[in-house]
Amino acid sequence: MSVIILLLLASISVAGLFLAGFLWSVKNGQYDDEYSPPLRMLFDDKPEEKTN
Amino acid sequence: MCEYYQMNDRPGISRKNSSRPDKFAFLDDENIQRQLTTFRDDRHTHVTFYLPQIHCSSCLWVLEHLHKLNEAVISSKVNFARKEVTIVFDHGQSSLRKIAELLTSIGYEPYISLNDLKNTRPRINKSMVLQLGIAGFCFGNIMLLSFPEYLGIEHGEKGLLLMFRYLSLVLSLPVVLYSAAPFYRTAWGGLKQRFLNMDAAIVLAIFVTFFRSAYEVISATGSGYFDSLSGIVFFMLIGRVLQDRTYQQLSFDRDYTSYFPIAVTVLKGDEKIPTALPDIRPGDTILIHHQELVPADGILTRGKAWIDYSFVTGESLPVTKEMGEIVYAGGKQTGSNMELLVIKEVSQSYLASLWERDAFKSARQEDRKSFVQSLARYFTVVVLTIALTAGLYWWQNDPSRIWYAVTAVLIVACPCALLLSNTFTNGNILRILSHNKFYLRNAQVIENIASANQIVFDKTGTLTSNHEFEIVYNGVQLTDKQKYAISSLAAQSSHPLSRALTRHLLRAPALAVQGFLELPGKGIEGFVGNDLVAVGSKAYITGIVGLSSEEGTRVYVAIEDTPLGYFQFGNQYREEAFPAIRKLKESNRMAIISGDSPAERRNLQYFFGSDTTLLFRQQPEDKLHYIQSLQQKGNKVIMIGDGLNDAGALKQSDAGIAVSEDTNNFTPSSDAILAADELPKLDRFIRLCKANKKIVIASFILSILYNIAGLYFAVQGTLSPLIAAILMPASSISILLLTFGSSNLAAKRLKLNV
Repeated sequence: MSVIILLLLASISVAGLFLAGFLWSVKNGQYDDEYSPPLRMLFDDKPEEKTN
Repeated sequence: MCEYYQMNDRPGISRKNSSRPDKFAFLDDENIQRQLTTFRDDRHTHVTFYLPQIHCSSCLWVLEHLHKLNEAVISSKVNFARKEVTIVFDHGQSSLRKIAELLTSIGYEPYISLNDLKNTRPRINKSMVLQLGIAGFCFGNIMLLSFPEYLGIEHGEKGLLLMFRYLSLVLSLPVVLYSAAPFYRTAWGGLKQRFLNMDAAIVLAIFVTFFRSAYEVISATGSGYFDSLSGIVFFMLIGRVLQDRTYQQLSFDRDYTSYFPIAVTVLKGDEKIPTALPDIRPGDTILIHHQELVPADGILTRGKAWIDYSFVTGESLPVTKEMGEIVYAGGKQTGSNMELLVIKEVSQSYLASLWERDAFKSARQEDRKSFVQSLARYFTVVVLTIALTAGLYWWQNDPSRIWYAVTAVLIVACPCALLLSNTFTNGNILRILSHNKFYLRNAQVIENIASANQIVFDKTGTLTSNHEFEIVYNGVQLTDKQKYAISSLAAQSSHPLSRALTRHLLRAPALAVQGFLELPGKGIEGFVGNDLVAVGSKAYITGIVGLSSEEGTRVYVAIEDTPLGYFQFGNQYREEAFPAIRKLKESNRMAIISGDSPAERRNLQYFFGSDTTLLFRQQPEDKLHYIQSLQQKGNKVIMIGDGLNDAGALKQSDAGIAVSEDTNNFTPSSDAILAADELPKLDRFIRLCKANKKIVIASFILSILYNIAGLYFAVQGTLSPLIAAILMPASSISILLLTFGSSNLAAKRLKLNV
């Protein structure tokens, strides 16, 4: 029985961590703009190499 | 710029003519700076600019690499949805004005309007998403904790069972105390106005369920209905979030301040002083440049006014004003500079006073409640009767079961299903409409559109296009070579008439133009090949002064100083929309209302039939009063318009639809925004809105079947948590499928993009 209680507490606290992560990401504004972040990660900063 | 043009093969908008050097001089003003910047310490300044030009991934790249163009920029971050860039710069090395000029020089001119001074930027309300997240978390965990009991946990494990129950109780607390808060708020709001709305019944059910479940757990008599409780709150919140989705790039509440510039140049002697708009006083002389908006009513004292009133009237052809005439606020000067002697403060101008009128301000009476609310009230009454009857029955036969029966009835019969069917259908229909570029302010608009029986159209800009003209040439027959020459010359100018003329004539590669000269307000000339070609006003080309209004808009042409003829410009109707409009006449009365002269009466009567009311020379107030008079006769009115001159009528009507050539553009405040290209679908949009009600009722009937099944157990006092736990998600999910399926089906049958 004690094993189940241990598992239960563990699973709920893991789930609670994910919930906290979700709440943080919403408050942090990560869902405000869904277009630019996926593109931003594609922009490589090439070493300086001016074309003109 | 390394790979700028490799990022996207259609980099889009070309650079506009560079604007005049002192355009952003007003940004040097401390007072204006303070109101525009969001944060400032002794080194860094944070500022957010609205850049309407942002449209592709390349824009993102360029704007986020500003620091490569200018060392003073520390970072820049784009919010694509809002079309904003937030720039952090070192104000020791640069200034706000220089940053704005830098943006302008790379083609992103910041749009700074008087509205920015008020600093009332609405922020998106995130609390609903948070409430949804927490409800989802609790629902999932409580469901898992309830499984052992449903599956028949061994009775030897009494301690474990109790622990599961108490854990469920604890987990349901955030749902009841936090996630369900929006329902408490609306229920309380309704009660304060002595109105029993749907949310009040839902709150009652939530409380009854929670307290009965808590009692069962604490008295160790049962496991409670925590899973059903948190589940239903979770589903209802999903519905609300879907329904209340907002369009970040659109604004439905613009007033004149978002059209007006933030500052204007005031002339004091020989000095040019950039002054914030609220500080303009009568008696000041202001300088209006090419492409600037006239911010206050004034008398023209120098220069020639050639004013484009398309913001105000929807009419795109410029109007000339001579010295000494009054120029009203809201027009845009095209051509040369002019000077105005201000006669009224900005907030007192004709345009602003239109906005300040009570009729425009007064929020429409919100007594027009949705049919869902009245349905919910009947429903609540019926449920309370059933609960009472069940209570009375058990009081006669077995008083020990009253408590179970009555609470169970209240639990089963909460109008959650009605709320679910309503919010899910509304949410999906809003989504479908927005895919077709028809954006509604909120879900109530669907119902307002569906219940309308009278449609009023504005003519200019709605039934006619703002950018296309019908062009007819009169005069000496032109050869092809001459046509190419004229079109190549006109292509050099950015005047709306020149551009229209180029589009009308251009059928060959443009020819080279030498010695191009543009005389604002008069015309243009230049050498094409060896011929001197001139295009422009009557006075400029033919030397005959004096315009008569019957002539309408004409552009005269001369080659080698010989006048050849003129192009007559007329409005181009959006004829592709006419079949849809005629179809609307089958079930609605129609009217067309226009600020123009009745010159087009016969055409319109021919297009729309003799039973369509046509009104001409209507001032903005007249339009408003016309809508009011229709409403007083008991009609529900849809107003479709585009300009600020329709703003009052749009607001007064039951559903005001603003037509916009480009949805990123500015539209007057309205209930809905429709892209002009989608006007031919208008009749189908209205039919989809009408389908909305049928779908809500159908899914409500389905949910009543579930309710009856639940009530069957409830009145007997045998509603076990297991049955509740099956009925609740089953009914929610089947409602979800039914509403989504049937609204998508309805849209497909109407051939709308789903």
